[in-house]
Amino acid sequence: MIRLPAFEYLTPRTVGDAVKYLSDRGADAMLVAGGTDLFPNMKRRQFEPKVLVGLRGLRELRGVRVTKGGLTIGAGTTLTQVATHADVARRYPALATAAGLVSSPQLRNMGTLGGNVCVDTRCNYYNQTFEWRRAIGFCMKKDGDICLVAPGSPRCWAVSSSDTAPVLWALGATARLAGPGGERTVPVSALFRDDGIEYLAKRPDEILTEISLPDADGWSAVYLKLRRRGSFDFPVLGVAVAVRRDHDVVRAARIVLGAVASQPREATAAAAALVGGPLTPDAITRAAELAAGPAKPLDNTDFTHPYRKKVTRVYVARALARLAGLDTGPASYEAGGSDAVAR
Amino acid sequence: MTKNRFTVVGQPLPKIDAWAKVTGETRYADDLTPPRLAHARLLRSSQSHARILRIDTARARALPGVYAVITGADLPRVKFGILPVSQDEEALCTEKVRMVGDPVAAVAAVDEETAEQACRLIDVEYEPLPALMSIQESLAHPEVRIHEYGDGPNVHKNVALQFGDVEAAFTAADLVREDVFFFEGNTHLPMEQHAAVAHWAADGKLTLWSSTQTPHYVHRLLAKILAVPAAHIRVIAAPVGGGFGGKLDPFAHEIAACKLSQLTGRPVKIACTREEVFYIHRGRHPVLMWIKTGFTRHGDITGCHLRTWLDGGAYGSYGVASTFYTGVINPVTYKIPVYKFEGARIFTNKPPCGPKRGHGTPQPRFALECQLDKAAEQLGLDPADMRRRIVAEPFTKTANHLTVTTIGLGECIDKVVDASGWRDKRPRYRAAAASPPAKPLWQSRKRKGIGIACSAYMTGAGTAIYWNNMPHSGVVVRADRSGGVTVLCGATDIGQGSDSILAYLVAEVLGLEPKDVHVHPADTSLTPVDLGSYSSRVTLMCGQAAIQAAERLKTIIFRAVAAKLGVEPAALVAGEQKVGVPDDWDKALPFAQAVELGEALHGVLAFPGSYAPPKRAGKYKGGGVGPSPCYSYSACVVELTVDEDTGAIELEDVWIAHDIGRALNPLLVEGQVEGSIYMGVGEALMEEQVFRKGLHKTPSMLDYKSPTTLETPEIHTFLVETDDPDGPFGAKEAGQGPLLPVIPAIANAVYQATGVRVDEIPITPDKIVKGLELKRLGKVARIGPEKLPLFTFKEPLVVDSAFGQPADAIAVRPFADEPPRVPTSPEAGIGAKPI
Amino acid sequence: MKTHISLTVNGEARELLVPIHKTLLEVLREELDLTGTKHGCELGECGTCTVLVDGEPILSCLALPAALEGTAITTVEGMADGGRLHPLQQAFAELGAAQCGYCTPGILLTAKALLDETSAPTRQAIKEALAGNLCRCTGYTKILDAVELAALRMQPREVAR
Repeated sequence: MIRLPAFEYLTPRTVGDAVKYLSDRGADAMLVAGGTDLFPNMKRRQFEPKVLVGLRGLRELRGVRVTKGGLTIGAGTTLTQVATHADVARRYPALATAAGLVSSPQLRNMGTLGGNVCVDTRCNYYNQTFEWRRAIGFCMKKDGDICLVAPGSPRCWAVSSSDTAPVLWALGATARLAGPGGERTVPVSALFRDDGIEYLAKRPDEILTEISLPDADGWSAVYLKLRRRGSFDFPVLGVAVAVRRDHDVVRAARIVLGAVASQPREATAAAAALVGGPLTPDAITRAAELAAGPAKPLDNTDFTHPYRKKVTRVYVARALARLAGLDTGPASYEAGGSDAVAR
Repeated sequence: MTKNRFTVVGQPLPKIDAWAKVTGETRYADDLTPPRLAHARLLRSSQSHARILRIDTARARALPGVYAVITGADLPRVKFGILPVSQDEEALCTEKVRMVGDPVAAVAAVDEETAEQACRLIDVEYEPLPALMSIQESLAHPEVRIHEYGDGPNVHKNVALQFGDVEAAFTAADLVREDVFFFEGNTHLPMEQHAAVAHWAADGKLTLWSSTQTPHYVHRLLAKILAVPAAHIRVIAAPVGGGFGGKLDPFAHEIAACKLSQLTGRPVKIACTREEVFYIHRGRHPVLMWIKTGFTRHGDITGCHLRTWLDGGAYGSYGVASTFYTGVINPVTYKIPVYKFEGARIFTNKPPCGPKRGHGTPQPRFALECQLDKAAEQLGLDPADMRRRIVAEPFTKTANHLTVTTIGLGECIDKVVDASGWRDKRPRYRAAAASPPAKPLWQSRKRKGIGIACSAYMTGAGTAIYWNNMPHSGVVVRADRSGGVTVLCGATDIGQGSDSILAYLVAEVLGLEPKDVHVHPADTSLTPVDLGSYSSRVTLMCGQAAIQAAERLKTIIFRAVAAKLGVEPAALVAGEQKVGVPDDWDKALPFAQAVELGEALHGVLAFPGSYAPPKRAGKYKGGGVGPSPCYSYSACVVELTVDEDTGAIELEDVWIAHDIGRALNPLLVEGQVEGSIYMGVGEALMEEQVFRKGLHKTPSMLDYKSPTTLETPEIHTFLVETDDPDGPFGAKEAGQGPLLPVIPAIANAVYQATGVRVDEIPITPDKIVKGLELKRLGKVARIGPEKLPLFTFKEPLVVDSAFGQPADAIAVRPFADEPPRVPTSPEAGIGAKPI
Repeated sequence: MKTHISLTVNGEARELLVPIHKTLLEVLREELDLTGTKHGCELGECGTCTVLVDGEPILSCLALPAALEGTAITTVEGMADGGRLHPLQQAFAELGAAQCGYCTPGILLTAKALLDETSAPTRQAIKEALAGNLCRCTGYTKILDAVELAALRMQPREVAR
């Protein structure tokens, strides 16, 4: 049995306590909520914290709150709760879809929204046991100094693997961060950096406490996920598209790709091309071609990277077609291996 | 009392161990925790190929909580292997490591964490050697030798057999096809990770509890490896949490646990991690294949020539048998008048391959069945009709001298063709696929396809792994005064239900309920030898031995009861837990009383049953691999959709008909069939064991893709009963054969849906997208191997084809009490039973 | 260093003194000798170690007992009502849904949570609920059949005619 190393476990009563523990213990400490990302990584010695600050007991981090025009979701809300919450499903169905597509049912009962937004970047040279990584030679993300997928590279190319982050980004959500200096709110789009190691732009002593979604009025969004199996697997491509339409005319659009870089990658040119006109088949096709541009997958996840790049076009087109209400083909196409679902 | 022919046999009864399994009571090897248990771990090689210069265990020994540290130097210098011809393994490597994951040292400690920590403190100095990671690399570098033995540099085995003149057969053919295929390796992935608990007690006797499918072979080899008398070793197979062939060899963790127990004076457990299970492996060989077949314009096969190259990995394991199996079983299915087979197994620096469900036969089955489909298309024949036409003849011999008995394949084909709507769907889907209208990028389109394939598999190997004249399976049936009956048998229940089959058969013979029968399996000190749970041999061989033992018991009991009732023994029947005369059933005696009479007459009632297969091996070198008492047959139709932009395949339905001989328990047969289909689906679509930079790329449950409920199709099973004269009450195997046809049926359905031939397993979305692109560009829409290795097979052993000769007398076999059943006419007794 | 932890397991209050880094899986199997809970990867990748926490299926290999104080944990040993098997256990045994039996405890508990919430789930709903439990023996077919059978048997009885 692969087991956890020993650690000290702190159980703060308030977010303020948690922030204090985190800043007091510095680099030795890590947060744990659902534990579904942290504990496997600790068992494989990718993370070696001496102290864990347990957030599970903090009621203030849990729950979905209807706010003026929008919705606020505590970072400690489980993915199951997000996926099945009536208000989320009604106003932000793409978010409910994304949360419901994370890993497996059991894992969604444990894992939290905050945990999924902040989930560690992944690479199949990195998500391996200590012995495996030692045998191949440690990489720069942990214990080594080179990148094994791009050996000449000065940076780490581990892949952003969140299902919910691209959707939140596309929906214009904001994140509330609590730190030693107080609280601040940042757009979810400002939460990330394109670096496999330092992939979060939040400070290490800050805690993501809640996610707020703006008024969904006029907006509609879709999330499609590519992976090998209908369960367990992380995305090897996530496509979140959101458009605001006035009558049929697109007034604003965001297309955000997951699992193509170390952070969610916004396809701004593609989105811009949609603005000012209706979602016609031509517009969709053009936007899909443009959107595939920023996708630069490397050979460090499941499926071949040329294939992932190719399918990006297809998925963006399908997601937009879904928004446009076009007949996207047989209703059952989303089931099965590719698992492109937007319920 | 009117006794039908069967009362227990044929009933969909629960397994006798079902209750323990649904309550969590079953104790698997890792659930055993004897007092004073020490926990151990293995240190495994970080190098693909290296000389071991030095192992320093001082720091590990010094760690508090460590009880003992061993290296290969602490074990007798003896190499072992499951096959007598491939004694090339060491429990702990001494001079060389040949793969990442090779064991080099072991630590026993107070707990698993300490043992693991101590392993990390062992310093091993390696001198790296070039790693050979493919068939091509190993053949291209004869100067680098993975082993010093074999049939050439890095060639473990080189075989060539020829039965008749294949060149003449090709000349006589209307169509000759040559095709090349590749089947990537994959692994068993049992849910239970291997575990073993050893206790070398103070009396000098060793007991090993292990999750093993072959306690007998482990017993024999432990004696050799540890250099202690086999008489002082007891091996108990714990209930096995999934085997599929992955728990068939003796393993380092078992041996190290024994040695560490001796040194520490404590019971020692080693429970392997999931990653270690990937290194233990012994799974599906990657096989490259070239197949050349001649056909008449009607679809008859004139002759076939098959070449296979197996990527064997770092050790021999069952590899010599695997090599033969890639060639010898194909002729059992169809009429193949002349046949030539050349095969070679190549060593590479990867975990050793061996027997996985279907052992060596899914790969050539894939090649043959896809080639048949291609030929049918060229000849303008319906692939189902073509197969139906060329089904082998029952009670004849194949070109390579295998005796086949009953064959229900024709009936199987009819079943799946009818049930699937093949005749209606195939032309419709073909027409749709032939001219798909243009569509915009944003529109998704799924193309439908339907494909067929057939197969055959052996019901137990006709020869043992080591040459001997003893039974392959032994059973002791003991009756006691309670009216209960105890069955002792060396067979291992790996979930297939072998314990239950023993109980059903003994209950059937003695007129009891299965609940009256206590089964004690797989304990080398208590149970007669059974060779193990492999090659689909258990139901047939243990079953026949159990029937024989129970009949012997019944004979004595009947003699005693007959004396008491004043009737002839022949007038008696056993049923309803009684023994009596059917017409005078009121006077029938309860079974317990009958046992008492029997015991008074005879003494203790314990009777052995023995089984050895009929001696039918072809009289040529190599003829020992392939013979079996009888062969099961399967036909399978698959319906699926392919998304033409993403290449995603969605399996919708699988129809399978399986010639089971007789379903001793249809529920268990269906379970085996469904499980086989599932495993075939995984292999066909996603499972692959690939390597990168000398390491296993995906040694985890997340990254090695095993189908979930969402990828598994609806399975429609039909059982065809042929009442085989060599099977227990007519039964044949079900655990492996049904896996074979599903893989090529999927490949054929994908072709029909897309026009893309993926001549390579697994068939993944990226390959389909690539194939469709080739098609759009007007190129040959085929994905598959382009080149074959430069390799010289040895001069073939040329033997006359035995094709079409009548079968030898049936069941002239050692230890049999009764004269052989005379074969009925081929068609008699065949009947389909839809489920 | 060991920590005092109180857990309710299968309805019984249990007091434990265990190192804080021991997962629920280890505590159940190694401290409480509830070896009915199995493990296949210990990384949350197979579902074998599933138990119920307050009726919800979770992965015991990734759960810390210290974070579960005050919850009710159910393992396979707690499914039967005294000597009477849960209808799921009965159906799994009758239909041959347990082959090697190793994934069975986790699947039974996941299915129990489903049936506690939905009395007559569709086959697709059962597939989705069990999509986090790998099985290598059965092809899932008999498992799905058994859940359907148990659901049927658990339907509230109609008033006698």
